[in-house]
Amino acid sequence: MSVLIFAELDNGSLKKSSQEAIYYGAQVAQMLGTSATAVVIGAADAGELATAGRFGAAKVLHATDAKLAEANGMAYASVMAAAAGQEGAKVVVLAKSSLGDAMAARLAGKLKAGLAPNVIELPDLSNGFHVKTSIYTGKAFANNELKADVKILAIKKNTIVPVETDATAPVETFAPALNDSDFGLKVLGTEKATGDVLLPEADLVVSAGRGLKGPENWSIVEDLARALHAATACSKPVSDLDWRPHHEHVGQTGIKVSPNLYIAAGISGAIQHLAGVNSSKVIVVINKDPEAPFFKSADYGIVGDVFDVLPRLTKAVQAL
Amino acid sequence: MKILVCVTSVPDTTTKITFTDNNTKFNKAGVTFITGPYDDYALARAVELKEKLGASVTVLTVGETDAEPVIRKCLAIGADDAIRVNAEPIDAYFVAEQIAAIAKENRYDLILMGRESIDYNGGQVHGIVAEMLGIPSISPVMKLDIEGDTAKMTREIEGGKETLEAQLPLVLGCQEPIAEWKIPNMRGIMTARTKPLKIVQPSGTDSLTAVGSYELPAPRGAVKMIPADQAELLIQLLRTEAKVI
Ligand SMILES: Cc1cc2nc3c(=O)[nH]c(=O)nc-3n(C[C@H](O)[C@H](O)[C@H](O)COP(=O)(O)OP(=O)(O)OC[C@H]3O[C@@H](n4cnc5c(N)ncnc54)[C@H](O)[C@@H]3O)c2cc1C
Ligand SMILES: Nc1ncnc2c1ncn2[C@@H]1O[C@H](COP(=O)(O)O)[C@@H](O)[C@H]1O
Repeated sequence: MSVLIFAELDNGSLKKSSQEAIYYGAQVAQMLGTSATAVVIGAADAGELATAGRFGAAKVLHATDAKLAEANGMAYASVMAAAAGQEGAKVVVLAKSSLGDAMAARLAGKLKAGLAPNVIELPDLSNGFHVKTSIYTGKAFANNELKADVKILAIKKNTIVPVETDATAPVETFAPALNDSDFGLKVLGTEKATGDVLLPEADLVVSAGRGLKGPENWSIVEDLARALHAATACSKPVSDLDWRPHHEHVGQTGIKVSPNLYIAAGISGAIQHLAGVNSSKVIVVINKDPEAPFFKSADYGIVGDVFDVLPRLTKAVQAL
Repeated sequence: MKILVCVTSVPDTTTKITFTDNNTKFNKAGVTFITGPYDDYALARAVELKEKLGASVTVLTVGETDAEPVIRKCLAIGADDAIRVNAEPIDAYFVAEQIAAIAKENRYDLILMGRESIDYNGGQVHGIVAEMLGIPSISPVMKLDIEGDTAKMTREIEGGKETLEAQLPLVLGCQEPIAEWKIPNMRGIMTARTKPLKIVQPSGTDSLTAVGSYELPAPRGAVKMIPADQAELLIQLLRTEAKVI
């Protein structure tokens, strides 16, 4: 028995959300009286692999087959299934991400596992295996009992605060047989914003809505985001109008975020918008309308004009 | 080409969520149910493909009788026939088993779903169904074109998008802007009444998870307002009081 964790790489480095997943998995392992094994798929140097140990993995399985160089949910799920078999894993932990979500589903199908999407807390093992998940796009929580022999937990960002130690973990090369049918998708091209903080991974998010009036005004949003090392986000109409790319759209029908800080500028706070951001730790709202519904869901509010307030906030951050 | 579109009946996005029976049941009183917004995109694209390439479009839901208005609406929008698996959708695995059983019988070329249901937000059913059928699954798909046996797709990834190609059959989770949401017209509503709706009993009884109780999030504390002419104070408070920067 062990707890298996998928440790996702982004450009060869362990994603922050995966550090959290490893730490979470290590805590669950401790609760179960067993150890945590992290699975890293794709090229990563020794330093990155060592990170897994520092966040609590007792062992690292590293799959480096060249066919796995490109992220592939189907093939990666097969690798995880093989690792679960080898390690006798009864609990599998993944951080939510496009790749993690795709893998969790395929893996649940393979292992006939009880699957908990959107986990927000450590499990309660006092009477079976219970875990709390976010449902109705963050408007409520469910206490789920996972009854299957194998349990898969997909955890949301900010579920647990990971602690880094100087522990080390042995790395074993892992080379399960690969299945040709897992390689049926042909990627023709990728367009990815480079250099920016990825929105689902970001600790700080600066988001703006229709109050910005037009795409040409986004520099004041980007300036504040840059000063804070934050990611930028937007409301749905803003991406519908093509002022901003679709992958920045947060809310019920967009990305769900749970950063430490969410700054909303010129966003009214419609229920569908709130649904995607209400699990943020601290919410700041800047709106010229004192009646804007968003103020009811905010921790800090400024009634003011974004064109005046945002540049001043940027300057104040730069002066820190 | 045979297309299956899987849809769910979910509370309208403006619903204030509450629970009854000591927080063990979702409170349906006064709630309007709609087709999952992502499922609507899947259906809209299926109907477009039917118009363009010729195809049959079947809608499927796993749900009880109260899911039928949503099915009728899908028929009014342009689906040819419908199947309802008469069961409470317990969890993603159970729902996927039902869908996979019907798909094995009818051999669809394309199974379109929403990126995620907006009640459980799992985004899992498509992946599990595809695994059960041994075919690829791709989500969230923002663009889909079919040429012969090949699907060309654009999928959203973190911070961008990816263009892909794969051979049918496939299972896809759809999101905007794959198609424009469609509104049923009068003729559609009339013909929907006579389109076939088959009710089948569930197969398999696996329930791998169970919800014991529900909770609502703790309300946020009162908002602290900062005068606009002292906006800089916010940055101080975020550092010293909230400790997030
Ligand atoms: C099924 C469904 C799903 C949806 N999903 C989403 C979703 O995922 N995400 C989402 O965001 N929306 C979603 N919506 C849309 C949602 O209902 C709102 O329409 C949308 O969030 C409004 O965007 P906004 O706040 O940018 O624009 P508006 O509502 O137009 O608000 C603009 C705000 O800017 C303020 N403002 C204007 N000028 C200034 C200024 N100079 N300085 C300061 N403030 C200013 C105004 O006071 C106003 O409050 C969905 C809707 C439906 C029906
Ligand atoms: N009860 C159901 N009946 C039919 N299709 C469903 C059902 N539940 C989910 N789906 C489909 O699976 C997609 C993803 O759902 P989920 O995994 O629950 O987020 C939805 O958008 C639907 O297309």
